[in-house]
Amino acid sequence: MALGRKSTLTRVLTVDLPMLAILAFTLGPYLWMLLTSLTAEESLFTRGPSVFDLVWSNYERLFANVGFARNMLDSFIIAAGTVVVGLTLSVTAAYSFSRFEFRFKKVLLLQFLLINMFPLVLLILPLFVLMRQLGLLDTHVALIVANSTIAIPFSVWMMTSYINGIPKSLDEAAMTDGCSRLQAMRKVILPLCAPGIIATGIYIFITAWNEYLYALTLGGQNVRPITVAVQTMIGEYQVQWGLLTAGGIVGALPATILFLIVQRRLVGGLSQGAVKG
Amino acid sequence: MTSIPVPEQAGSSPSRGTALWRQVMPLALLSPAVLVTLAIVFFPMVQTAWMSLHEYVLFRPKNFDWVGLQNYLNVFQDEVFWISLRHTVLWIAITVPAQALLGLATALLLNQQFPWRPIARALIIIPWALPSVVIALMWAWIYDSNYGILNDLLLRIGILEASIPWLANPDTALYAIILTLTWQGFPFFAVMILAGLQSIPRSYYEAASLDGASPLRQFWHITLPGISGVLFTAILLRTIWVANSMDVIFVMTGGGPGYSTYTLPLYAFLEARTNLNFGYGSALAMTFTLLLLGIVILYLKRSAKAVQ
Repeated sequence: MALGRKSTLTRVLTVDLPMLAILAFTLGPYLWMLLTSLTAEESLFTRGPSVFDLVWSNYERLFANVGFARNMLDSFIIAAGTVVVGLTLSVTAAYSFSRFEFRFKKVLLLQFLLINMFPLVLLILPLFVLMRQLGLLDTHVALIVANSTIAIPFSVWMMTSYINGIPKSLDEAAMTDGCSRLQAMRKVILPLCAPGIIATGIYIFITAWNEYLYALTLGGQNVRPITVAVQTMIGEYQVQWGLLTAGGIVGALPATILFLIVQRRLVGGLSQGAVKG
Repeated sequence: MTSIPVPEQAGSSPSRGTALWRQVMPLALLSPAVLVTLAIVFFPMVQTAWMSLHEYVLFRPKNFDWVGLQNYLNVFQDEVFWISLRHTVLWIAITVPAQALLGLATALLLNQQFPWRPIARALIIIPWALPSVVIALMWAWIYDSNYGILNDLLLRIGILEASIPWLANPDTALYAIILTLTWQGFPFFAVMILAGLQSIPRSYYEAASLDGASPLRQFWHITLPGISGVLFTAILLRTIWVANSMDVIFVMTGGGPGYSTYTLPLYAFLEARTNLNFGYGSALAMTFTLLLLGIVILYLKRSAKAVQ
């Protein structure tokens, strides 16, 4: 929309300032949480959070008394497991969707989209009953399975659109040179997919890391991912906001950093799929 | 569609094997993903439907009595169901437009030239990356009636005379959560709309301003039509997600005070979680899904067009 040369002043007034206002709204709550987590619990209710006396005590307590490190390990195992399951199952499927024509292709592709539209409650109740019958409640496996219900469809969809962007002539060239179809997929297409696979994997990791309701319902004493751990602090400790916000910052950190790293590629992929419409 | 019929008497056998393999391979490559989703998504879904036709309370696991549609009849006579439905509609009708408008404004700004644009673009997505539990707790702290910063600020400016317990007051609780969800979801709109804006050729604007069209007319006649497709898709997607999302409400108020922040998925979830009434909870979940289905089908139709 910007056309011609606007003066710097008009630009500051019409673009920079409104943008700053929106950013303040976006980052304000997060920065407030950060500031709270760096304030000593005692002074929180007397003077309130302040930038002038920052302390690490909340973070020290978080790892020393509350055992946050174990929760992070649980979250990591579940998220990594979901990434492995999601990617292994979806890459070949995506290749098939992208390269072949077959009966019911559209229905099959759309059913993966449909799964992501279903309410979580519809799955969480039967999965709980199922895991209870199988004796899998409170295990990492249960949560990996539950998170895969989200990860597989997403991953199939993302990878299909990614492979669609790789010219078919590359497969054909490889096959003229004597590769079989599967060899062409493994040796030519798969390496080219690496950026897409990494971005998809990271997004699955973030989603599984952030997931809460499955973790609450299917987890328990032994397996308690970070999202549940943060929330349970409310009950166990008369809402110690310092500790709680410290937990929030630490719990959100891995996902936030990963997101900032892949956001460009991811946003490209997500909107590509949508902009086509 | 292009399944080429294999000639029955096709001379030598090796080519026949290859042709068969060529037909089977696409399905073989697909089958792991399809079979696993059948097992962990579609089978449980059928189970929900099955449970909804039974009297099934988890602390009496022996009783799994067929009651037919009784649970559904109860749903429609259940006052809490109607309260939750009203909240769900309100929840969608405010949150989605608020997210869309804020997202549109953000996207229009991000589409301008200014020095720190890349930084702004990266930072704007942060709410999207945060776990919803953290978002819920963060805002609960902001809304805190005694020490929350919102009350503090409003008192200082003079808008309020006494602090309001935002989440404990039945009149404000739902709206407080809606603001939180708007904050969480608007970056998604911003990013989608920005991609749409960048796909509009610059030459359109150049031609329009040569013809003397004002920025407002340019926005109305070029920008809006240019992003309408993306915007509509994004609104459909968000409507579905916002309707489904219950983790933020669950953590912030757990549905309370009273029933003032109950939405349908939350009601279904709480019915199973706290009352352990899986039969009735399933019926609620099914009812909610059926209500949502119209929007889902609309979205799938659009996507089906895009796939072709």
